Formats: sequence, C-alpha cells, structure tokens
Amino acid sequence: MAEYTGELKKTPLAAVHESLGAKMVPFAGFLMPVRYSSILDEHRVVREKVGIFDVSHMGEILISGRPAREFVNTVITNDCSKLDPGGVQYTVMCRPNGTIVDDLLVSVIEEDKFLLVVNAANREKDFEHIQSHRISKAQVEDISDAYALLAVQGPFAREVLEACPIFVPVRQKLNSIPYYRHFCFSYNGANIIVSRTGYTGELGFEVFVPPEMAPAFWDAITSAGKPFGIAPAGLAARDTLRFEASFCLYGRELDDKTTPYQAGLGWTVKIRKPYFVGKEALKEEKKLGPTKTLIGLELAGRSIGRQGYAVSAGNKVVGNVTSGSFSPTLKKSLCMAFVETKEAKKGDRFEVEIRGKRVEARRTPLPFYKSRAK
Amino acid sequence: MDVDKMRFSKEHEWVAAEGSDKMATVGITEYAAGELGDIVYIELPEEGTEVKFMEPMGTIEAVKTVADLYAPISGAVKEVNKKLEDEPELTNQSPYGEGWFIKVEMSDPSELEKLMSHEEYQEMIGKE
Repeated sequence: MAEYTGELKKTPLAAVHESLGAKMVPFAGFLMPVRYSSILDEHRVVREKVGIFDVSHMGEILISGRPAREFVNTVITNDCSKLDPGGVQYTVMCRPNGTIVDDLLVSVIEEDKFLLVVNAANREKDFEHIQSHRISKAQVEDISDAYALLAVQGPFAREVLEACPIFVPVRQKLNSIPYYRHFCFSYNGANIIVSRTGYTGELGFEVFVPPEMAPAFWDAITSAGKPFGIAPAGLAARDTLRFEASFCLYGRELDDKTTPYQAGLGWTVKIRKPYFVGKEALKEEKKLGPTKTLIGLELAGRSIGRQGYAVSAGNKVVGNVTSGSFSPTLKKSLCMAFVETKEAKKGDRFEVEIRGKRVEARRTPLPFYKSRAK
Repeated sequence: MDVDKMRFSKEHEWVAAEGSDKMATVGITEYAAGELGDIVYIELPEEGTEVKFMEPMGTIEAVKTVADLYAPISGAVKEVNKKLEDEPELTNQSPYGEGWFIKVEMSDPSELEKLMSHEEYQEMIGKE
C-alpha cells in the first residue's frame, strides 16, 4: 500500500471520534479511528448485537451517461450486463495481465449511472486505470468527497435503522431489501443511499450520506441503537471481522501481483463475457490453473501468524501468511495464506514460522466464520 | 498491589519486590497494556529458567501487534501465572494484580535501583 506523505485527511466524523476518545491512526491518507475501547469488545458487539463504523475513507467513483453499463462491464471481471437499478455486485478490476487493480462494489443507481465503491488507498490508481480503458463517452468522476459512509452491522442492524426517525419513511424498504441490493431516498433535499452490504460477515447496511449530514446520521442511529446495545467499532475490529468472514483485503490477500483465481475470487470472473480488461491472461490462467492458492490455516496454540510469515510443508517454504489473527469468535489462532497450488493439493499439514519457531498449522476451509443471516 | 512500592523499566515492565526475601513479581504496566490493546497470547519463560536484566524473556501478542517482553530483573523463574494461558485478557483488566506474569528469585536485587519509581515512570510516558 502506498505510504501517504501529505497531510492526513479527516472524515466528517472526526469530532465525533474525538469526543468518544477513539485511538486515531493514519490509514490510506486519512486519520481513522482504529478502536474506541477494546477491539475484542467491538468485535463481539458486531457479532452479537450491532456496531456502527465510520468508513468515509472509502472511495466512490461515479460512471454516468451513455453507455455507462458497457463501459463498466469492460473494466470489471464480473458481469454487470443484467444488473438492474438497485443491484449491487462484488467484483475485481484487472490489468491486461490479469493482476488485480482493486476489488470493489458496483451499484446501479439508475440506468447509465453506476457507483463504484473502491478502497481508499487505491482511489487514484483506480480512477486512472478506469480512465485509461475508457471505450465510451460515459463520464468518470471521483465523487469520494461528496459522500460520508456509515456502516451499521450486526444482527440488530435492521431493527436499529427501523427505529431511527430518519429512516421512518423507508421502513418498508429496510424490512424487505435483500442482501446485495440498495435503495435511495431523499432526506432534507439530499440523496441518501442505503445498501445491504458490509465487510463484517453479519447482517448490515452501508449508508451513504452527504458529509455535512454525517454527524446527524451518526447521532440519530446511535440513539436509536441504544436499546439494542449499539457501540462504535473501529478499523481494527472491522479487520478481525472481515478476517473471520474471510473477505479478501487489498494490501493483504489482494495486490498488484495477484490474480482473482489465485485469491479464490474466480467466481467474480465471468470468462465468457465477450471482452473485459485482463480476459486473455485470465483465460490462460484458468486453463493452466493458478500457481498459488489462498488457503485457511488453523495454528496449534495461541501465537499468531502475521502478514509475511513463511509457510512451509515438509522442510520447504511453500508460501506466506497474508492475514493472521486470533479469532475472537472461534477462539483459535487462524491465518489466511498463499501457498503453491501443488502443495495445497498434496496435503493439509503445514507449518508457520513465528519468530524462528515452527508452529503446526492445519488447513481449514474458508470462510472461517459464516453468519446465519447476512 | 501498590504502584508506589513497584519499580518500572523503560520497556514498561514492573517489578514488585515483596518483603525481605529475594522474591519479586513481574508484569507489564497499565500504560503498556492499554497501548497494546487486547492481549491474546503471552509467551512467558518457563519455571526454572534464568532471566537476565533487560534481555528478552518472552513476547506479548495483541490483536494488532506483537511486542517483546524484557526481564526487568535477573534471576530464576520460580512461578509462572498459568491463568494467563487461557485468560491473557487478565493482563488488560488487571495489569498490576491478576494479570502478573512471573515470580522471580532475584540474583541481584541491586538492579532494582536501576529501575524507575512510579513517579519517574509516569513522567517518562508523559514525554513519550
């Protein structure tokens, strides 16, 4: 991930975080709340009740005008040709050689108006990549500063929003919206987007609001959430939550050298599409099989395998850890790791080298954790 | 335990030397536990091993980071806090009490003089 050298940006909720006593850290050019209290408590509250996150650092790129749909469909690997207004799709964007530029969500706001939600650290890179592959007159705009993003995640997320006065006019929609759909509504003249998506593996919503309205939304949702035990959750809990749900993170599982097939994201590659950037390379890789494979490992004991630690089989280094954590929900030390595909096929016994010591690691299926209702 | 009777290292460990014998209890400070965040695993030296003044004696794994643990005093490890194996969070909850790490038979109690008082330690972390 590129190190940001300029002045750190603040989200529209900076004052709220300060008043809550959050520990703030630089992340992707922003000063972000990493935790408010205990990471484990914040993690637990999202799994068992409901948490609220400020993820305003996320980038938003709007592609509009004719023919936006065709244009988007050539830069993403997934197929959005039949995605209707209200639809949301997870995908990656690749370079001609098949490596991943970013992973993102594509939402169809209306016909020929596509919203791409991208990783904060990749925002400029993505924008340039999209521009360089433009095939149509469709407009590409970086509108990241036009939106703050709140994520309300956890089993009570729906109840909380339904109880919140701001969302009273759209209660019916909140109640019926399926996973990976969104709807828009007007609030005090502003367009609000509510998307049933998230990065925690729990039922949840992501709410796009104009920056100046973000503190009011945060307060209203937090007040409505009190009876449900809502608590603010920081980036650290967001990371342990996404890790348990085994969602890839750009900079960890995904990077400029990795392809979607390697990262277990082959399902986002619609190789039969007539054309998309990276198709030829990915078609070839699909035929030959990826050289490395993303796997899950369960470590013996409680020490943690962290990013970059060597994974070995027999006496040979066959890969490395991409993410590792003590899983607060499963109470195990777990890792996601890339290993050579031929080693992944051979067996399920590996070792992770932790500060000079080899720790037994047994392969375990991904995802580590699956919620009953997302 | 009374922090005013403890001695503190610049690596954020504390030592409480009790009574007239050479036994001392070792742990990490409230400040260090707070900075590390949720501790999920503590690797401590085994009973019977020797630890040396300001040399690494173990590691602390928190959710977001791993930190080396230094021996704030030399001596033989006489007891290890076994409770931490399953409840490392005790160190977050009670760093000066239930979350202690090891009991050491000091080989050189004069090392205590090289450590800081609570007041001096507070001053150091204030400056950090």
